[in-house]
Amino acid sequence: MVENRPFLTFLTHLVLIAGVVLVAFPVYVAFIASTHTREVLVGGMIPLLPGGHLIENYKQVLSASSAANGLPSYMLMVLNSLGMALIITFGKIAISILSAFAIVYFRFRFRLLAFWIIFITLMLPVEVRIIPTYKVVADLGMLNSYPGLTVPLIASATATFLFRQFFMTVPDELMEAARVDGSGPLKFFRDILLPLSRTNIAALCVILFIYGWIQYLWPLLVTTDPGYYTLMMGLKRMVAVQDGEVQWHLVMAGTILAMLPPVFVVILMQRLFIRGLTETEK
Amino acid sequence: MDTKRTIFPNRVLPYLLLAPQLVITLVFLIWPAGQAVKSSFEREDPFGLSASFVGFQHYARLLTDPLYLDSLGRTAVFAVAVTALSMAFGLALAVAVKRLMRGGRIYTTLLVWPYAVAPVIAGLLWWFLFNSTTGVLAYFLGQLGIRWDHNLNGTHAMILIIIAAAWKQVSYNFLFFLAGLQSVPHSLIEAAAIDGSGPAKRFFTIVLPLLSPTTFFLFIVNVNYTMFDTFGIVDATTAGGPAQATNILVYKVYNDGYLGLNLGSSSAQSVLLMLIVVVLTVIQFRYVERRVQY
Repeated sequence: MVENRPFLTFLTHLVLIAGVVLVAFPVYVAFIASTHTREVLVGGMIPLLPGGHLIENYKQVLSASSAANGLPSYMLMVLNSLGMALIITFGKIAISILSAFAIVYFRFRFRLLAFWIIFITLMLPVEVRIIPTYKVVADLGMLNSYPGLTVPLIASATATFLFRQFFMTVPDELMEAARVDGSGPLKFFRDILLPLSRTNIAALCVILFIYGWIQYLWPLLVTTDPGYYTLMMGLKRMVAVQDGEVQWHLVMAGTILAMLPPVFVVILMQRLFIRGLTETEK
Repeated sequence: MDTKRTIFPNRVLPYLLLAPQLVITLVFLIWPAGQAVKSSFEREDPFGLSASFVGFQHYARLLTDPLYLDSLGRTAVFAVAVTALSMAFGLALAVAVKRLMRGGRIYTTLLVWPYAVAPVIAGLLWWFLFNSTTGVLAYFLGQLGIRWDHNLNGTHAMILIIIAAAWKQVSYNFLFFLAGLQSVPHSLIEAAAIDGSGPAKRFFTIVLPLLSPTTFFLFIVNVNYTMFDTFGIVDATTAGGPAQATNILVYKVYNDGYLGLNLGSSSAQSVLLMLIVVVLTVIQFRYVERRVQY
């Protein structure tokens, strides 16, 4: 702030509060809806204050009896989403850090070619090659399996670039010292590079966990067995019934629960999240 | 592209280190992309047993198909509207947070979390608000004399997906604008203030021009986001309807190929989409991020 203008400061807070309210509004209404009975919600104007059915509704969503209409139980979908997000996170980090290590610390034939092949992944998001990728996964017998859900999403150019850039800033002396001491590349990687990359790995974990958790199109394509449904698919299916029969109170309770893990990750690890976001996207 | 000054002498190890990444990329990305290009030039017989080369026929048909051109136009409207809306809100909020001496962190926390909300959930939330039987917003609009019905009215449906997509993207733009604002030299602002220019003038003549790299970067990223990451929003709300009104390109590829099983046309659509991504990526890397050198 350059000069003191009370009115402008007041306006600033006003803009921010309006922004926060606007951003929170849909989630607030969803939360309110999740605390009422279905009859209240469909009976005209929905209330704007919480009702008394919070515990009852959430219990019903989380209980095993939530399995209905060809959907698995909510907890199974939570596990599937969690499994998918974690495998994608660790898979992406593992293969990216190894390839960045190879590209920065070795000279070999086809190094540039390898780099470009990785770069190309940026230009081929799943959304643009739905059918042929589905076909490959089907031919490999990976439909309805964790590998099918995760492996095709694990290739990552951005994570590789992030590690590459970071490795370039690691002083050469560290590696020279390691070599003088007689340690080979793998020992150098494990004892020096990996510990140094801790913050970058943590920041990537936050971003990639969110990425894995919110996947929708890919699970929709490769799973037909309800045992592998993820939360995002399940929620969509809960509303894909006749308009008059949507169990809004349960859908909204399920929606609120499905938002919690990634939103908590962002709020609790805000610093890492911002770091991960601004560094991977550039 | 450089390596370190000194390197490890191993010959085989680097290939082993690269193998997982390259195998996955080749099998699940490059090979399918190649297949899409190949089948966009072919026609399969009805039993899928043999395919014959048909040249650019699928492309020619697509580019003269009013439905495809319509979808292209709607995607453009959608992309521009979401980008403009979410960038404007993101910038306003970032400027406000930057102006505060304290409390900025709390506001930031309260503003960034929608980034972590899945597109399909964003769709469900706004759909619920605009739903004709239960929706709060539909109710208020009704009080104002607007009969909201995104199931029948194409414009309403488009507005619905624009709002849902922009809502989710504001937090992203906010964070990048905030980072951009933090790198505007404070001395420039002070100098301008001493010369007697007020906050509005300083913003438009100093801050905004200095933000232009961020703005351009965000423009490209946002267009990319609206074109490719909004599948969940459309699928959860309008499913492309009513009467194709929200059938954006990504949704149409899915609809024609996965549900409609029209392989040739879907492949040609995939290839055109890939071209769009390639152009956006090249622009992003060539003109936006000069600081990052690969």
